[in-house]
Amino acid sequence: MTPLLDACGLTVELPTAAGWVRPVNEVSLSIAAGESLGLVGESGSGKTMLALALMGLLPAGARVGGEAWLGQKATGAGEPKRASEKSALGSGVPAGKDLCALKEREWRAVRGGEIAMVFQEPMTSLNPVMRIGAQIEEAIRAHESGLTEKDVKKRAVEALERAAVTEPGIRAQQFPHQLSGGLRQRAMIAMALAAGPRLLVADEPTTALDVTVQKQILDLLDRLRRELRLGLLFITHDLGVVAQVADRVAVMYAGRIIEEGPTLEVLAAPRHPYTQGLLKASPTLERGKLSPIPGSVPQLTALPPGCAFEPRCSLRRADCVTAVPELRRAEASHTARCVLVQ
Amino acid sequence: MANDRTASLTGDPSAALSPSEILLEARELRKSYRRGGGVFSNSAKGPRFTAVDGVTLAVKGGETFAVVGESGCGKTTLARMLLRLIEPDSGSLRFEGRDLLRLSGSALRAERRQMQMVFQDPFASLDPRMRVGEIVGEPLAIHHAELRQTEKQERTAAILERVGLGADALKRYPHEFSGGQRQRIGIARALILRPKLVVADEPVSALDVSVGAQVLLLLKELQTEFGLTYLFISHSLPVVAQVATRIAVMRAGRFVEVGLADQVLQEPKDAYTRELLGAVPALPCRWSGS
Ligand SMILES: Nc1ncnc2c1ncn2[C@@H]1O[C@H](COP(=O)(O)OP(=O)(O)OP(=O)(O)O)[C@@H](O)[C@H]1O
Ligand SMILES: Nc1ncnc2c1ncn2[C@@H]1O[C@H](COP(=O)(O)OP(=O)(O)OP(=O)(O)O)[C@@H](O)[C@H]1O
Ligand code: SF4
Ligand SMILES: [Mg+2]
Ligand SMILES: [Mg+2]
Repeated sequence: MTPLLDACGLTVELPTAAGWVRPVNEVSLSIAAGESLGLVGESGSGKTMLALALMGLLPAGARVGGEAWLGQKATGAGEPKRASEKSALGSGVPAGKDLCALKEREWRAVRGGEIAMVFQEPMTSLNPVMRIGAQIEEAIRAHESGLTEKDVKKRAVEALERAAVTEPGIRAQQFPHQLSGGLRQRAMIAMALAAGPRLLVADEPTTALDVTVQKQILDLLDRLRRELRLGLLFITHDLGVVAQVADRVAVMYAGRIIEEGPTLEVLAAPRHPYTQGLLKASPTLERGKLSPIPGSVPQLTALPPGCAFEPRCSLRRADCVTAVPELRRAEASHTARCVLVQ
Repeated sequence: MANDRTASLTGDPSAALSPSEILLEARELRKSYRRGGGVFSNSAKGPRFTAVDGVTLAVKGGETFAVVGESGCGKTTLARMLLRLIEPDSGSLRFEGRDLLRLSGSALRAERRQMQMVFQDPFASLDPRMRVGEIVGEPLAIHHAELRQTEKQERTAAILERVGLGADALKRYPHEFSGGQRQRIGIARALILRPKLVVADEPVSALDVSVGAQVLLLLKELQTEFGLTYLFISHSLPVVAQVATRIAVMRAGRFVEVGLADQVLQEPKDAYTRELLGAVPALPCRWSGS
């Protein structure tokens, strides 16, 4: 089956005073329709930069490398890349797009229309002086012409309804500050889904919410994903949240994916020492089990020569510093970037 | 047993603890604010709403008394009242039996030395223009002006060392440190006067998982080493579970349940406590390491 999103060697480079840094370093991942991939990692590991690369929203001056196909990958790999739409020769499947090669003009149809994003703080993406309904209507109009005003209004209220916003007609008339944090995040989800995207990127959508509200939002995303066969890239630093929402999980450290596999497998039998450490450092309701990882995440400007986790790893060996370990197959569909994986 | 039960439901200190065990005691603390202090309000008058609505608690010497509750339930307001950083509208407050609300001036300063606070945001709570040595040593300069300069510097270096920062930290500025290191600086500053009580308001909420765990374990070590009593505030039950001896669950300005940590976590009595526990995302059968 063709994955909805297929990223290969995706790299983001940013200019800093100390030279170019790579917050996203040769990341490969794929998401099928209806599938949810959890992306976990600590602060600065590159999660948001990866999400922004997929939305074409990287900061000015950023360089992007690699490929990220939305839909069927064009054949003829190896050809110099510039055309964003190539026909998949003979397959009969409509051609996909390489997000890494889109021009800003082409992004306008993709962003919101095919891929949408929800952020941690809905206030950063909601306009504070515009009614909720009007903002959703705007999102619908941006991607569908030929709808009557009445239809647009109706679609906006339906979008709110789908996101389980109570009294959607009334909420549509309100301003963002009049809604609670949880309702605002629902409105944000409604807006993101209003133009019918196939892929939803959710960057820490529940981190700022109370746990009881978080639970409702996670349930909502899960339901929408199934009903709409949405691909979901769910970004979080919370392994417990990943366990609730993700079919598969990718763990990021210093810009690279260091472990990837089915969520339950990765969380129950992690193969990378960092994933193991993160699990033991995550507080749960069990008492007296907490054990921290020593040290802290390396600066992107001063990465160790080999494995980025080596300075903090209690299992390090001599060959850990010679080269960055490749992703090795630990189980059928479970990989880890560690020399200990045979 | 009947006594225990009243104690755990109301937090009534007299029912469970003997007066000599109690370090900090609050009765019926209340604080209300005028509603709509926000940008869209232009009225100075208006209905008041109660941020802390009659909280009674007793913190035992050497324990970690945790207050857990969702955003806006009044945790920070309560903490600030307990240290008399804001004035309660009503209620009573005793530290080692002394009436804190009656004190002022130098007598209040003397009590404050015994009670220190660690804040949530290690970024906002440290003065960016001061060197770390000055930040951590400042309480000594204020409360122990009589000490010689070298003595102050030695104590500052020693406490920084104890929280895991080298002597080279003294001359550096807060922005040169990571979040976890900044929280260690905040802890060093809180401990330099050797207080009896430390109020920690969301001390790990802004930190990464791996670093937050380091700080939680550091706080536990320091508690044993310095004989500290903690009032620990967090919105996270999993975090609270790691440190608390007792847990108070707060909702809308009130304690809905107070009890020993194991009891609250395993046999919660209040429906809201059960709802909070039920909403914690669980990890699948926990990997226990090799
Ligand atoms: N505009 C920028 N210029 C240079 N470096 C940047 C810029 N923005 C972010 N970075 C760096 O890129 C790295 C990745 O940042 P990113 O925001 O993707 O992390 P994250 O995993 O989302 O972290 P968090 O959990 O804190 O949101 C960090 O080291 C950050 O300092
Ligand atoms: N100075 C103030 N003026 C008006 N209202 C206030 C003031 N301080 C706090 N409040 C309100 O009192 C209530 C309790 O606030 P408080 O900061 O104590 O909650 P909290 O439990 O610490 O929340 P959080 O988990 O978000 O830190 C909130 O509704 C808050 O908006
Ligand atoms: S490659 Fe070496 S240093 Fe890196 S995680 Fe594996 S054992 Fe540890
Ligand atoms: Mg981020
Ligand atoms: Mg607070």
